[in-house]
Amino acid sequence: MVQFTLPKNSKIRVGKTWPRPEGAKTVRKFKIYRWDPDTGENPRVDTYFLDMDRCGPMVLDALLKIKNEIDPTLTFRRSCREGICGSCAMNIDGINTLACIYGLDEIKGDVRIYPLPHMPVVKDLVPDLTHFYAQHASIMPFLQTTTNKPEKEWLQSIEDRKKLDGLYECVMCASCSTSCPSYWWNSDRYLGPAALLHAYRWIIDSRDEATAERLDELEDPFKLYRCHTIMNCAKTCPKGLNPAKAIAEIKRLMVSRHV
Amino acid sequence: MRYLTDRKRAVGKGASGSGTEHFWWMTMSSVALAFLVPAFIFVFGHAIGMSQAELQAYFARPFPAILTALVTIVGMRHFAKGAQVMLEDYTQGSLRKGLVIFVYSLSWLISALVLYALAKMMFLAAAAQQITN
Repeated sequence: MVQFTLPKNSKIRVGKTWPRPEGAKTVRKFKIYRWDPDTGENPRVDTYFLDMDRCGPMVLDALLKIKNEIDPTLTFRRSCREGICGSCAMNIDGINTLACIYGLDEIKGDVRIYPLPHMPVVKDLVPDLTHFYAQHASIMPFLQTTTNKPEKEWLQSIEDRKKLDGLYECVMCASCSTSCPSYWWNSDRYLGPAALLHAYRWIIDSRDEATAERLDELEDPFKLYRCHTIMNCAKTCPKGLNPAKAIAEIKRLMVSRHV
Repeated sequence: MRYLTDRKRAVGKGASGSGTEHFWWMTMSSVALAFLVPAFIFVFGHAIGMSQAELQAYFARPFPAILTALVTIVGMRHFAKGAQVMLEDYTQGSLRKGLVIFVYSLSWLISALVLYALAKMMFLAAAAQQITN
């Protein structure tokens, strides 16, 4: 349900300001959300200063530099460093994106980094994505067939394969779902843009034989129709995908079953 | 604290099997209102400044009467279904159900009042016509 204020134990207070690097000419200020469940304290925003002449170009480079050289307790997820794994999704400068492919030169002024919005926080910049992954699993993200397996492989025409472009590239970083107000307010029942994009990816796959069952599973005022075409998902997707279009296509298919 | 698996929490009670009809109705009524409302504003604007007898005669004519009835019925249904979505977004539990019932009742009440007023104007206009004859 909608919440207009943060719970008492989530109110953010001013945190520690770390010293500026000595002798640095180009210094940049980073304000980073910190929360440690072990301390029992409210979250805080710590301030760090980095010498940009000795820092890589991406936000993840800056985070790694902070962790390696200033504050080893800073916690965040990262893996591939090239926008493939989706691990380093966080809210940077007000936008949900991947820290590894978001350039520091794209940000004006101080760099503000928070965890993905409206998700339970595990620690610092690490959100709890358990429910998000369970929703993804619930749409059966794999090929379902009833026909006997062919001797070689399931064939697909070039035209049908092209329909999967713009869908299969999703890395499940959760940037889109956590930017969606409908998902914020009703994530217990609304599947969210990421899961629905994946659902459409399998609905539209010419090899899949469970199209009807997949559409039946989405025929619900909350699972699918909580999408109000706000388009935050398409705006924020770090891979340039358009989950809102995929959801609109599912709705079109739903209508075509009725009319 | 409920000991539910992540999957059970995500699936919940499953799909209700409805939603498309509501979505399709909202789409269709939006298109209809895009034509009906400007036409109604034009017709209603034309009636401004008329005396009561002229107004009754005006709304007794088929086009203004049917247009007003259509705007009311389609508009109120659109309002009720739209408000239902909004209430589902921002409220939950018994409050949600109560407010949805209230909004639907309000929409039907307003529709009934407008249709009654239209019928009354038509009857009064017809009676005035008979007296004149």
